[in-house]
Amino acid sequence: MAKTVKNAPRKARSQMAEVLHQFRKNKGAMLGGMIVLVIIFIAVFADFLLDYDTQVIGQNLAERLQSPNANHWFGTDELGRDIFCRILYGTRFSCSVGLVAVTIGLVIGVTLGAIAGFFGGWLEELIMRCTDILGAVPNMLMAIVIVSVLGQSIWNLMLAVGITSVPQFVRITRAAVLTVRNQEYVEASKAIGLNNRKIIFKHILPNCLSPIIVQATLRVASAIISASSLSFLGLGVPAPSPEWGALLSGGRKYIRDYSYMTLFPGLAIMITVLALNLMGDGLRDALDPKLKK
Amino acid sequence: MAENVLELKNLRVKYELEEDTVEAVNGVNIQLKQGETLGLVGETGAGKTTTALSLLRLIDSPPGVMECDKMEICGEDVLGMNESELEHIRGTLVSMIFQDPMTSLNPVFTVGQQIAESLLRHEKVNHEEAWKKAEDMLELVGIPRERAIEYPHQFSGGMKQRVIIAIALACSPKLLIADEPTTALDVTIQAQILHLMRELKEKKNTSVIMITHDLGIVAETCDRVAVMYAGKIIEEGTLDEVFNHTLHPYTEGLFNSLPNIKNRTARLRPIHGLMPDPTDLPEGCAFAPRCNYATEACKKRRPDLVTFTGTHKAACLAYEDKDFHIERGKKNG
Amino acid sequence: MADTILEVKNLKKYFKTARGTLHAVDDVSFTIERGKTLGIVGESGCGKSTTGRAILRLLEPTSGKVVFDGKDITSLSAAEMRKMRSDMQIIFQDPFSSLDPRKTVSQTIAEPIIENKILKDKKAIEARVKELMETVGLAQRLVNTYPHELDGGRRQRIGIARALAMNPKFIVCDEPVSALDVSIQAQILNLLQDLKEQMGLTFIFITHDLSVVNHFADEIAVMYLGQLIEKAPTEELFDHPIHPYTRALLSAIPIPEVGISRPERILLKGEISSPIDPPDECRFAKRCIYTCDQCHQSCPKLMEVRPGHFVSCHLWKDFLSE
Repeated sequence: MAKTVKNAPRKARSQMAEVLHQFRKNKGAMLGGMIVLVIIFIAVFADFLLDYDTQVIGQNLAERLQSPNANHWFGTDELGRDIFCRILYGTRFSCSVGLVAVTIGLVIGVTLGAIAGFFGGWLEELIMRCTDILGAVPNMLMAIVIVSVLGQSIWNLMLAVGITSVPQFVRITRAAVLTVRNQEYVEASKAIGLNNRKIIFKHILPNCLSPIIVQATLRVASAIISASSLSFLGLGVPAPSPEWGALLSGGRKYIRDYSYMTLFPGLAIMITVLALNLMGDGLRDALDPKLKK
Repeated sequence: MAENVLELKNLRVKYELEEDTVEAVNGVNIQLKQGETLGLVGETGAGKTTTALSLLRLIDSPPGVMECDKMEICGEDVLGMNESELEHIRGTLVSMIFQDPMTSLNPVFTVGQQIAESLLRHEKVNHEEAWKKAEDMLELVGIPRERAIEYPHQFSGGMKQRVIIAIALACSPKLLIADEPTTALDVTIQAQILHLMRELKEKKNTSVIMITHDLGIVAETCDRVAVMYAGKIIEEGTLDEVFNHTLHPYTEGLFNSLPNIKNRTARLRPIHGLMPDPTDLPEGCAFAPRCNYATEACKKRRPDLVTFTGTHKAACLAYEDKDFHIERGKKNG
Repeated sequence: MADTILEVKNLKKYFKTARGTLHAVDDVSFTIERGKTLGIVGESGCGKSTTGRAILRLLEPTSGKVVFDGKDITSLSAAEMRKMRSDMQIIFQDPFSSLDPRKTVSQTIAEPIIENKILKDKKAIEARVKELMETVGLAQRLVNTYPHELDGGRRQRIGIARALAMNPKFIVCDEPVSALDVSIQAQILNLLQDLKEQMGLTFIFITHDLSVVNHFADEIAVMYLGQLIEKAPTEELFDHPIHPYTRALLSAIPIPEVGISRPERILLKGEISSPIDPPDECRFAKRCIYTCDQCHQSCPKLMEVRPGHFVSCHLWKDFLSE
């Protein structure tokens, strides 16, 4: 049939490749992405880079309260521990809490949101009203209650933060599912004999990924802040673990004369959250025009 | 002096995207007399809407780049106008009706307000006079004047399109550009709207450019036809010339693709292949790859519009051979 | 005795809305013979698309029976219905939204084969996909492309290949060419014509474009506001339309010819009335220029007034002679 006429578009990129291409053009997003990669790298290899017992929690009172110098780049705290090492090691907690908490929120939230969006009716009403109730409780309050009841540990911290991110995932997933559900290809998949479960997992959810991915990235940032806040209040990871919020808390007493003790953990939190936000915004921009296409 | 309502010479529009350049319009000339209706026919991507938007200088720039040797509406040079002058002629000299009536009206204003807005902008009337004129326009398009206080969502598709016609004609423009005005409407409603447009056009002696892909609509509403392909006009003439003495192979292909009600014959004869990619137009004639009559010369040289008889023009190199004719032309003599 | 493959009896589909019950399909009955094409025409809101979907149980009928190949499919369970689907397929109108944007051409065409376990061997499935692509005129090199890289005509071919993948006996075409350019429309119509002839498929062809259905259908059913108001063999309908709406519809079509004498166009007055809780009268009465008292009092029934030609109009006798 068509011999010499060329095809309509020539780019043979899949949607994924197109998204990455758009993402790469956004300098802020690329910067954010690289910082996140560095942080993940440090978190993964922290145990190889540092010796936990001596460098991270080992106390050395002779060296206490030193300002940043050649030996100790970020100075030392009141127990002589090197703050730089503690912050580096702290990436482990931030990353793990961020990832696990968001994963908990995502799995529960997306499942509920997909059910609500796809089936509608009383099921949707029930799920959405419960979500509204859960979402009405202030995040910090909810997290404090959970940790107080279940006890202070890193797992309970992750659980608490995870639960507070469920409502957002439910809402976003439901909205995305409602849009996709009306597309004819969903009807087509019913026409070729797929049952509901397969339709949701093979056709609907994969096409809802974009808003969910963006939400997940941004939620990691707020999970880190929530975790740090809880640790700051003493409800997070128990001492002597060098979680950033705990470091902030520990430095409070010395803030007047030894402000570096709070400055550096604070900067660490800020840079991580900023990087995640830049990356999330970049992802949203890269994914959006493709949706409109 | 009966000057032409529209004088358009050598319009070229391209869109510069990050990776390619879309050559949307490649040298279009249009002349339109008072009270004349020109049908601008073509398929998706031919460049008809881009041409229409250019006349109102509505091309987004960037990424659009518009170049033109001459663009005069009722003798006024549109090319040299600044934004405020353009705002003045849009609505008074030239008006446009877009394709989708569902999205052309602002949902938060009543229809009366939307018609009156045009009047208030361009004519020296106060609010009361504008409102009364708006109600008059509604009656003119066949909607009871009491409905002027209603909102767009309270009207059906056909009625919305009537409101849009009322807005477009409120200030009695000399030139009306209708971009596929009935494509989104049912066929019986389409009949009503076309009838209305014909009546109004005669009453106000408006010149109309009717953009459509439907040759049936052209046959019923237009005086002249211009067929567009890949951003150029490839055939142009009076209705009789183009329909009954067709010259260009693409035009012939369009007619052959139509399932005609009166002719229930076996197979349609579609044009094989696809429209060329506007970012990568072929070297010679844009239609050559799909043309049954293409010669070697057609693949190398781009044909210009050549006048055959009086007002009938076509851009086809095959006619350099004096004995050449297409099948359709042969049948109809 | 005719070989009836599909029998639709008193099919109804109502939707509950805030303002009342919307009668989308109201008591529609017809039969189709194997290998024939029934065209269902009408304008927006007439219920033609809903009828097509209700027959396939993509929308559950409110009441009525659909008998396919001798089996009453309206009484089947969801699981049993899924098994029937390989025999009854659909081609959608919008080539843009009817394909999953995340699946390649071959994945979309292979899916019904894989999901219904028609073929299990990977090589066999690949070969079948290739065969289908060739049947519908898709170049082999497009096997791994995504829908957004292709134009409307090619996407529609993918939809057709998907519908053919399970070797169905019956296909509902819901405005399959309305969203395409004229020259591409013709290509797709020719393709459907070929498939009809080569595979002996039975079609329901839903469209608002009478010139297209003239070309393609053996019989035409005209719908208005959820009801079937006229049904006749194609040539009979075009030569001797009886119902005032059908005649207005036929006269409304713009004819792409110049220099012929055109018959006076019948312009309908007013707009289509609401399908919500319609009163017991002829649904077309408000727009009809020929009404009598009876038209406003009761809804006319579908009657055979000429051989094979059914009309529902109280005044049919007046129009018969024209």
